[in-house]
Amino acid sequence: MSIFVDENTKVIYQGLTGSQGRYYGLLNRDYGTKVVAGTNPKKAGEDVEGIPIYANIKEAVAATGATASCIFIPAAGVQSAVMEAAEGGIEFIVAITEGVPAHDEAYFYNHLQNEFPHVQLLGPNCPGIISPGKCNIGITAGHIAKPGGPVGIVSRSGTLTYQALYELKEKGIGCTTCVGIGGDPVPGTSFIDCLKAFEEDPETQAIMMIGEIGGSAEEEAAEFIANNMTKPVSAYVAGVTAPPGKKMGHAGAIVSGGKGTAQAKMDALKAANVRVGLNPTEAGEHMVDIIADLTNG
Amino acid sequence: MDLFEYQGKQFFSEYGLPVSAGEITFTVEEAVDAAQRLGTPVMVKAQVHTGGRGKAGGVKYAATIEDVREHASNIFGLDIKDHVVKRIWIEKASDIEEEYYASFTLDRSAKKHLGMLSAEGGVEIETVAEENPEAIAKVWIDPTSGLTTELVQNWVQSANLPAQAVEGTVRILLDLYQSYVKGDADLVEINPLILTSDGDVHVLDAKVTLDGNSIFRHPEYAEFDKTQTRDERETAAHDRGLQYVGLDGTVGVIANGAGLAMATVDVVNQVGGAAANFLDIGGGANAEVMAGALEVINNDPEVKSIFINIFGGITRGEEVANGIIEALQNVDIEAPIVIRLDGTNADEGRSILHPHLSETLLMAPTMLEAAQQAVDLARKENDK
Repeated sequence: MSIFVDENTKVIYQGLTGSQGRYYGLLNRDYGTKVVAGTNPKKAGEDVEGIPIYANIKEAVAATGATASCIFIPAAGVQSAVMEAAEGGIEFIVAITEGVPAHDEAYFYNHLQNEFPHVQLLGPNCPGIISPGKCNIGITAGHIAKPGGPVGIVSRSGTLTYQALYELKEKGIGCTTCVGIGGDPVPGTSFIDCLKAFEEDPETQAIMMIGEIGGSAEEEAAEFIANNMTKPVSAYVAGVTAPPGKKMGHAGAIVSGGKGTAQAKMDALKAANVRVGLNPTEAGEHMVDIIADLTNG
Repeated sequence: MDLFEYQGKQFFSEYGLPVSAGEITFTVEEAVDAAQRLGTPVMVKAQVHTGGRGKAGGVKYAATIEDVREHASNIFGLDIKDHVVKRIWIEKASDIEEEYYASFTLDRSAKKHLGMLSAEGGVEIETVAEENPEAIAKVWIDPTSGLTTELVQNWVQSANLPAQAVEGTVRILLDLYQSYVKGDADLVEINPLILTSDGDVHVLDAKVTLDGNSIFRHPEYAEFDKTQTRDERETAAHDRGLQYVGLDGTVGVIANGAGLAMATVDVVNQVGGAAANFLDIGGGANAEVMAGALEVINNDPEVKSIFINIFGGITRGEEVANGIIEALQNVDIEAPIVIRLDGTNADEGRSILHPHLSETLLMAPTMLEAAQQAVDLARKENDK
């Protein structure tokens, strides 16, 4: 099993005719993802290497029965792309685009909550989601992940996620689903959304969480873990040495007014019995120990 | 993007908020001329991207032109928490009866906008929040419905402002919310918002942070970008479009991805060193970007060694390795370099790097080992 997406998920790429959309859309299709359509009002009727282009999401959904979409649209167009996807009947929206204004994110997050509560948005500014061997939506290199489980991964960082997938694979450990929730201030999908889904997924036996400075998502996740999770969790939080008031690459990675420090996040996670690594390698080693305990226990 | 107070007031006035007349000045003579045009008494206010100006002596009341000259002479060049004063804002002095606080920001946890209003202004809001939290009236605003008149009236009522200040405060909050949303601000803060002896509610200070991601619909914000406080290194990196934050250590860091770059800085510290910077070169690692990154780091005199930490995802190890080699041929690097290359086709990438290795170009298989080597090298260079 996997969470959110699997081998049957049909995906429409919003922005498939752009350079990034085309590159990753085709890579995702090569991986085995059911890339069934693209949208572009000016290129309806054309195709990208056999993938049909429709004028809008509604027509693409009607023709293909897709339930997911992946957005590779420049930042200025992301808000309308998200709204169009939800209104067109998409239930899982993955927004890869970086640089979306925070006010747009807050607006469409609440719009979805109010009008389309069944719709799950992932991102913006995220690497996407991969259920290894089944479905890869976004910019993760598929071959660095070993299919099958038993680990589920949820992360705010792209490269650290790849690092985690790769290290687990090197040690022969597979992954059910790896969700990159992204580094922006208003992520559509939270740690908690993913932890909840992993807790319910029978094939996922342990969860690896990769957080970073800024906001309080890790603290909220820690509370959720303490109260609701039976499965073991390992974690890493990036940015222990980040100076206050500076955005560390990601728009949401900032310590402000003494809030959002890595230390506070690690303390909260430790208090929830999460095995916290001081660096990505150590978090990976914790996961290896957890898996060994599960296998022996 | 942080605005200076005077820029914040210009920003506010575009949304109809009442601010005092004033002029920005860069020399004592300009300050004196501005005060003459405005008419004394005036306030002489240091413009820096940090708080605590008043305590540091950066804000003075001037009753006469001679006072303006004296205060401006003292304030220009003043060091306020490592920010040296280069601009002074001269503005008409106001008669202050009472001081309040008002702000809007994004509550990341609630994923809604948060408005804060307090009858206790003029002091740091963090202090009020700690010592007297019930003195702050809060309102959470759904961005899709906005700040309605009903919402703002109930909110102002709960802040217990005197009756004569209510109407003016309501009007200011509605305009302030417009400036926050239409202006794509991360933060708009008025502290203090004042009641004057004439019974007017007036904006006496402005703290505004704008969302750099919104510049595509606010091209005029490019002006604000130019006045950001950056050190030389940060300016050089910014000009090359690199995500860079200057730090105080001696190990220069280059990594691909914000998370990996943060982790690299952390690991350097864990093994007993200190990073000179955070630098994220983004997903790929082509020669041009790598060369730009190396140039920026090379120009930092504090850097004694460089740690390049790359994880190949879709970009393969060979491409990364070739990019590094090409970049090294184009930039004359003084400090020794340690490379850690992992991920897709890492072995192929490492064998491309191998023949180039020397005493000053090293390779290590893991992040921790590479960090240790870079820190040791930095120490050795330092001892020379």
